[in-house]
Amino acid sequence: MDWYPLLNSLRIAAISTGIVFFLGIAAAHWIAKLPRTVKGVLDVALTLPLVLPPTVVGWLLLLLLGPKRPLGAWVQSVFGLRLVMTWQSAIFATVVVSFPLMYRTARGAFESFDKNLADAGRTLGRSNSWVFWRVQMPCCKQGILAGMVLAFARALGEYGATSMVAGYTPGRTATISTTVYQLWRTGDDAGALGWVLVNIALSAAFLLAINLLESRQRERR
Amino acid sequence: MALSVDIQKQLGSFCLQVRFEAGDERLALLGASGCGKSVTLRCVAGILTPDEGRVVLDGVTLFDSAAKIDLPPQRRKVGYLFQQYALFPNMTVAQNIAAAVRDRSAREETVSRLVRRFRLEGVSRQKPGQLSGGQQQRAALARILASEPRTLLLDEPFSALDSYLKYQLELELMETLDQFSGTVLWVSHDRGEVFRSCQRVCVIDRGQSCPVQDLSQLFHNPGTESAARLSGCKNFAGAVPQGERIFLPEWNLTLDWARPVPEGIIRMGVRAHFVHIAEPGEQNAFPCQVTRVVEDVFNTVVILRPEGAVPGAPPLRMELDKMAWRALPARERITVSIEPRDILLFEE
Repeated sequence: MDWYPLLNSLRIAAISTGIVFFLGIAAAHWIAKLPRTVKGVLDVALTLPLVLPPTVVGWLLLLLLGPKRPLGAWVQSVFGLRLVMTWQSAIFATVVVSFPLMYRTARGAFESFDKNLADAGRTLGRSNSWVFWRVQMPCCKQGILAGMVLAFARALGEYGATSMVAGYTPGRTATISTTVYQLWRTGDDAGALGWVLVNIALSAAFLLAINLLESRQRERR
Repeated sequence: MALSVDIQKQLGSFCLQVRFEAGDERLALLGASGCGKSVTLRCVAGILTPDEGRVVLDGVTLFDSAAKIDLPPQRRKVGYLFQQYALFPNMTVAQNIAAAVRDRSAREETVSRLVRRFRLEGVSRQKPGQLSGGQQQRAALARILASEPRTLLLDEPFSALDSYLKYQLELELMETLDQFSGTVLWVSHDRGEVFRSCQRVCVIDRGQSCPVQDLSQLFHNPGTESAARLSGCKNFAGAVPQGERIFLPEWNLTLDWARPVPEGIIRMGVRAHFVHIAEPGEQNAFPCQVTRVVEDVFNTVVILRPEGAVPGAPPLRMELDKMAWRALPARERITVSIEPRDILLFEE
């Protein structure tokens, strides 16, 4: 069995979770400070990928990144890089699709953060960034961790947008989800079953890890 | 060494307009909840920005709307004791204190000195959530003093504590404050706390500050009805000046004030424990019906209705010693009196 799809799925999900961690937290942090009307509009725009069908997201991404589109063509001519149909292209898809999960959970965590703690830090002479990284983030740790878990799971299971942006090339862009589809389509039920079992095992292990983490945190409190 | 505050801030339909000066003393900001006391403290600390005005601390302008000066809270050197203390829950007590030390080379030494001074040795490695209310307050004070503030702002320092703890902590806090040389602003809604802890008081009523006064003045001549209410006065009625006497239309009574009553007086007040059982032949005596008797812990509260009172008139509240009340022969109808010097008069 060629393990490439497993490796590829894991690295795409891990990198995209890393990116989404910073993007989601930055968005949650800055949007919380905006006036209510602007906040409402941005909130809808940033949450939209959560409710759009992944194919719509994929189509929009191709519109932006395709080799004949302005941005895609420019990157190709200046850096010689192709933005679609590589394994890295899938990261665009998973970032867009999992971003709202991170953004919304981080925002919820920040909203329940006691603002007096930040004000206390500032009157004691500490900088805003010290207060953010040393007080606010640790206090919101659980919500942010939950957001990362959701974003990672969503990225791992991504199919629609990924298959449109990265396609399916065995050994190059194949992920677990696109491999299962391909094997089923070509009538290789045994191969598909193998990957289905791998995926179920992976997801179960993942959920188990989350539960362990949660119970350990509850004990520490 | 002084703090001078003169600020305005509009918050929705609420308008805050506060003005006071304080030297090296403990000045109380006394007001009912929601009157703008905490907002005032936040403006001094730089957490909120006033719309207009000036805040000057020890000659340093912290805020001046005209000169466009608005120092960030980090540079104001103001120690703010939050209502719930705002200790960082993710850090130990020692780390909380260390976070406030500005001079890095003196950090360890300062922390251990403050831990000893505030008797936190046993809990310095614990998180704030594991501490009692009193320990939390001591830790918060230690943290504030670690930042070497020029002034201390105390926002209802005992609101987070049970009342039985309060009195002991009040003494401890006073000891700490006695060693602090600078202005202390003490926000409170509790007149007893203010009386025990502070030297002067600035009453804030619905966002408007009254002139700063001595505590004895607040209790003997509060000046306004709201200040009198905050100082614990419970009986108020409309008043009409009549030479050296005042006429109270609601109770249909005329009382002697023993000196000329200024024109413009329209209200009177009298403290419940200054209403007393009349001796035979005493002046300002009048008969009342007893409408209700409430037993308090050490006192008896008697709700009275002066016999001439018109329908809808406010009741008259009398507080007296339990024994004195039980010793009375008749308790349905009694004659009470108020001494002229105990009658407070208001213009507003």
